[in-house]
Amino acid sequence: MLNQNDILQTQDMIDKRHLDIRTITMGISLMDCCDPDLSVCCAKIYKKITTCAKDLVKVGEDIEKEFGIPIVNKRISVTPISIVAGACQADSYVEIAKTLDAAAEVCGVNFIGGFSALVQKGATTGDWKLIRSIPEAMAATERVCASVNVGSTKAGINMDAVAEMGRIIKKTAELTADNDGLGCAKVVVFANAVEDNPFMAGAFHGVGEPECVLNVGVSGPGVVYHALQSVKGQPFDVVAETIKKTAFQITRMGQLVGMEASRRLGIPFGIVDLSLAPTPAVGDSVARILEEMGLEVCGTHGTTAALALLNDAVKKGGVMASNHVGGLSGAFIPVSEDEGMIAAAESGDLFLDKLEAMTCVCSVGLDMIAVPGDTSASTISAIIADEAAIGMVNSKTTAVRIIPAPNKVVGDRVEMGGLLGSAPVMPVHDKSSDQFVARGGRIPAPLQSLKN
Amino acid sequence: MKAIVTVVGQDRVGIIAGVCTALAKFNVNVLDIRQTVMQGYFTMMMVTEVSMCNLPLGDLITKMDEIGKEMGLSIRVQREDIFEAMHRI
Repeated sequence: MLNQNDILQTQDMIDKRHLDIRTITMGISLMDCCDPDLSVCCAKIYKKITTCAKDLVKVGEDIEKEFGIPIVNKRISVTPISIVAGACQADSYVEIAKTLDAAAEVCGVNFIGGFSALVQKGATTGDWKLIRSIPEAMAATERVCASVNVGSTKAGINMDAVAEMGRIIKKTAELTADNDGLGCAKVVVFANAVEDNPFMAGAFHGVGEPECVLNVGVSGPGVVYHALQSVKGQPFDVVAETIKKTAFQITRMGQLVGMEASRRLGIPFGIVDLSLAPTPAVGDSVARILEEMGLEVCGTHGTTAALALLNDAVKKGGVMASNHVGGLSGAFIPVSEDEGMIAAAESGDLFLDKLEAMTCVCSVGLDMIAVPGDTSASTISAIIADEAAIGMVNSKTTAVRIIPAPNKVVGDRVEMGGLLGSAPVMPVHDKSSDQFVARGGRIPAPLQSLKN
Repeated sequence: MKAIVTVVGQDRVGIIAGVCTALAKFNVNVLDIRQTVMQGYFTMMMVTEVSMCNLPLGDLITKMDEIGKEMGLSIRVQREDIFEAMHRI
């Protein structure tokens, strides 16, 4: 029989340490929905999604109940819409975003990802149409998430797209000004985007993926934090081992739930994304884990090293627990969604520059950061370029999800609600990057040897 | 399919009888029981076979939760797989 303590430990993790499955995300290919007529294309998309994902939420809820573990989000990702809509004659893809939103609502999911374009080496006509549809699409829909991949290790960085995304993010903020620029929380700019990411806002169903697939994202910062409390003052070898063991346990939950859900839905199981995804709830914070390692506050010297250890140990522990690992796989540091990060930013201990350094060693990037409303488009583009460069050179995924909150200044707070949390408005450098961004063109792909 | 039934509450007469009677009514076979009383708190864990249960598992979970509330206890039914997955390689 199972050990009584094992049973209690599992229940304790769920009840008191916020252990949950963060998301089960169904990836759906929309390649068969292409049509020159926009309305026909929309009708095909709606039918495909509502057919494939009709049971997703119910299956998720059944599994939650039977296993007694919460599955916080059930979500859908689709083929990048710029590809699906490439054949359409229309000038704007906002109608498609509205279709995705309606399909997501019918299926009962809270987010649908894939209003995306991959332009790391250059943009097609369809890619530009999609990118320019983003502000209006984000304002007109509730559940649709957009992402644009502007760089990769193999292609370099498309600086024309970077420049445009600065303007797009500003416009999205303006169009959703009534909600403090909430639209920007649904827009991610990537370098080295992955095709099987289950996490929003950056999820899309890559072209190398099957017709329909189920990917799982696990969570559990609270469990790791609690485990580290039992090894106070001990060397980092012990810290790393403790995190590995905990990550193994967390990931096994994800693997089990993913296998069961894909079996019931009759679709292949894709991957488990080994991530530590925080929530704004007290006790579910990545920042607090770093502080538990001995830092007075997240953001002080030593934070990057602590995060590097955490990120690596989570992967090492998780990799053996799952037969297929993928997605972003790493600790997330979204400021607005992490109670400890919010506190550190508000107390003036955590700045953009430190966050940028942290993104060199973890997944994913400058995430859910509110900056003053008067931040220029070129400054936002330059922030994107910096992040993309980190991703490009280090062969890793990086992203920027930034909210230039209209009419807000440093010290104000942006409330986004729910899992998106609330973000203190953080300062940016006030010196101009205008001429840098205005150059356009492409930053060449980096050398992959002579690494220093 | 096996399920773990966890019962926690203030100790009193008839807890095991009540829980087992309910399980029997739903045709759930009890394979193993472990129980302790810690500082007046009754804690019991049962391994049960639910393949022959006359209710879908989801409904059994709801029913046992309701019965637990009537008895002033927490009764939780979960598939065994979750514990096996987490604690066995």
